[in-house]
Amino acid sequence: MTGQTVFRMALKSIFKNKMRTALTMLGIVIGVGAVIVMVAIGNGAQAQIKSQISGLGTNLIVITAGSVNTGGASQGAQSFNRLTVDDVDAIKREATLLGGVSPVIVTRTQIVGGSGNWRAEVNGVSTDFFAIRDWTTTSGDLFTEEDVRTKRTVVLLGATVAKNLFADSDPVGREIRLGKTPFTVAGVLAPKGQTASGSDQDDVVIVPYTTAQTRLNGFSFLGQILASASSPASLAPAQEEIKVIMRAAHGIPNGGTDDFTVRDQTAIAKAATSTSSIMTSLLAAIASVSLIVGGIGIMNIMLVSVTERTREIGIRMAIGARGSDVMLQFLVESIVMCLLGGLLGLAVGVGGASLVGRLTGWSIATPASAVFLAIGFSAAVGIFFGFYPARKAASLDPIQALRFE
Amino acid sequence: MSHPVISLDHVTRVYGEGDSAVHALRGVNLTVGAGELVAIMGTSGSGKSTMLNILGCLDVPTGGHYVLDGVAVETMSKPQLADLRNAKLGFVFQGFNLLARTSAVENVELPLLYRRGNPVKNTRERAVAALERVGLGKRLDHHPSMLSGGQQQRVAIARALVTEPTVLLADEPTGNLDSRTSIEVMALFQALNDQGITVILVTHEHDVAQYARRVIEMRDGHILRDHPVTDRHIAADDLVALDATTPMEEAA
Repeated sequence: MTGQTVFRMALKSIFKNKMRTALTMLGIVIGVGAVIVMVAIGNGAQAQIKSQISGLGTNLIVITAGSVNTGGASQGAQSFNRLTVDDVDAIKREATLLGGVSPVIVTRTQIVGGSGNWRAEVNGVSTDFFAIRDWTTTSGDLFTEEDVRTKRTVVLLGATVAKNLFADSDPVGREIRLGKTPFTVAGVLAPKGQTASGSDQDDVVIVPYTTAQTRLNGFSFLGQILASASSPASLAPAQEEIKVIMRAAHGIPNGGTDDFTVRDQTAIAKAATSTSSIMTSLLAAIASVSLIVGGIGIMNIMLVSVTERTREIGIRMAIGARGSDVMLQFLVESIVMCLLGGLLGLAVGVGGASLVGRLTGWSIATPASAVFLAIGFSAAVGIFFGFYPARKAASLDPIQALRFE
Repeated sequence: MSHPVISLDHVTRVYGEGDSAVHALRGVNLTVGAGELVAIMGTSGSGKSTMLNILGCLDVPTGGHYVLDGVAVETMSKPQLADLRNAKLGFVFQGFNLLARTSAVENVELPLLYRRGNPVKNTRERAVAALERVGLGKRLDHHPSMLSGGQQQRVAIARALVTEPTVLLADEPTGNLDSRTSIEVMALFQALNDQGITVILVTHEHDVAQYARRVIEMRDGHILRDHPVTDRHIAADDLVALDATTPMEEAA
């Protein structure tokens, strides 16, 4: 018997009992649909976390002041601040693997202007900072190197600050005060949302570091230096290069302990991604329970079908069907039923996922592999749960089966 | 009698074991030649059903030898028996046993689809030819529920014929039919037998047995009598006679 004939016979007997087939398939449809929706939600969360991490800046390298040994006793990180603008200049001059480098002066201050006042973090940076951290504006412009060199009192507002001070009106060109110093708003930054740890990246204002040093806190030391590697591959060598430059700039002898720390975001990114992929697997595992329930429904109906068609099985055997022919017939019926259910489930899953996305505002990413997932899983369910009924049919005695009323 | 197509040698069949064992066949010897039309008769419990199951390779003997068309059946595995049924035997049952919701031609085609080794190419054409042979060439796409009992039994006979079997086995083929239709079906069997097909049928009706050439009477698992039919009836003639006596009824 050719594969085509077996397939045609399976379709025929499946469609003889439309209502029953539809209800049985529903179990598989729901199972496959649920798995796809859950994977899409998990994947969406994963993609969002990834984009947040890359939103911190591409290939970001953070240099902070390190521990200092005072008479053999380590004072811990940032116990003595030794990062200066000279370090930034040295890195900028000598490094070959970096996309950009910027000092970061961090302070908090009261901001007054527009419709009220607000307390926020102030970052004093150079123009490289925008490329390193991927900042752009929604209105106005970023400040220029000229602004930095001439220590101009211009400020960029984070989206949260702009909203709190100016509500819906455009703040570009307006005057605000940081502490006691009047600044002109040069632009409003494009919102970045929350970090993976939940803090608001838009609750910030950015000024030229030269201005920050002279007008806001007067320190010549920097909180940190941010740099970006020119490519993901050069992330590790770029950090080595920075270390060499910094040791030379700080006059640390061979074998001496660094008084600074160089880090990147890979570790954080890895942790966050693995957490969300565990969550995705968990969701999929819960959803696949419904697929198993659907499979049991298939098995149940196949057993009923074998009993109902005992006489038919007897006839087929009498005219020369082998046990294996009968087994194949029932197995193919079960697989075809599951595959049809799987394809419907795929449609339901993809539609359901986009509906969930629209209703909840979660980011949803239906993976392309969902197609293989649906087909593979439903075929597996068909084989697994169809096997026992098919074997039962194949092991019938033709004489008994022919006598069955 | 030409060369034997069926040869039973001291065949026994025992169901169960020990004290509860049932001896359905107690050493049967039988030879059937090609082109015979044999009726096996007997009351229920005589062993005729068991005999037919064994002849039909649906069951295997407990003891003795059964050779079907040169093949020693008792050594065959289950799949081999299935292939043997497909290649050498055609079955006709009392209850017709057609697949419901399946057209006549598809029912007839089915045995060809299970053919192994040398797959049949033109299965549909052969099924149509078999139906034409039993006079149902115009009802190819009718489902069993749309056919009369006699027509259903003709479809079943066509299904048995389509593989060109060595032996046609019929189990009470007229048991579910009225007397006129019974004679029609017997006329068909006689016509097929005249074309050289070996037919073995099981019946408990003497009327039916009289259409055969040879009658085997069974009792308690033995062959009681084995004799040729002396006053053999020709079913086609009986039909003519029947039409002469009740013409109006049949016309309606």
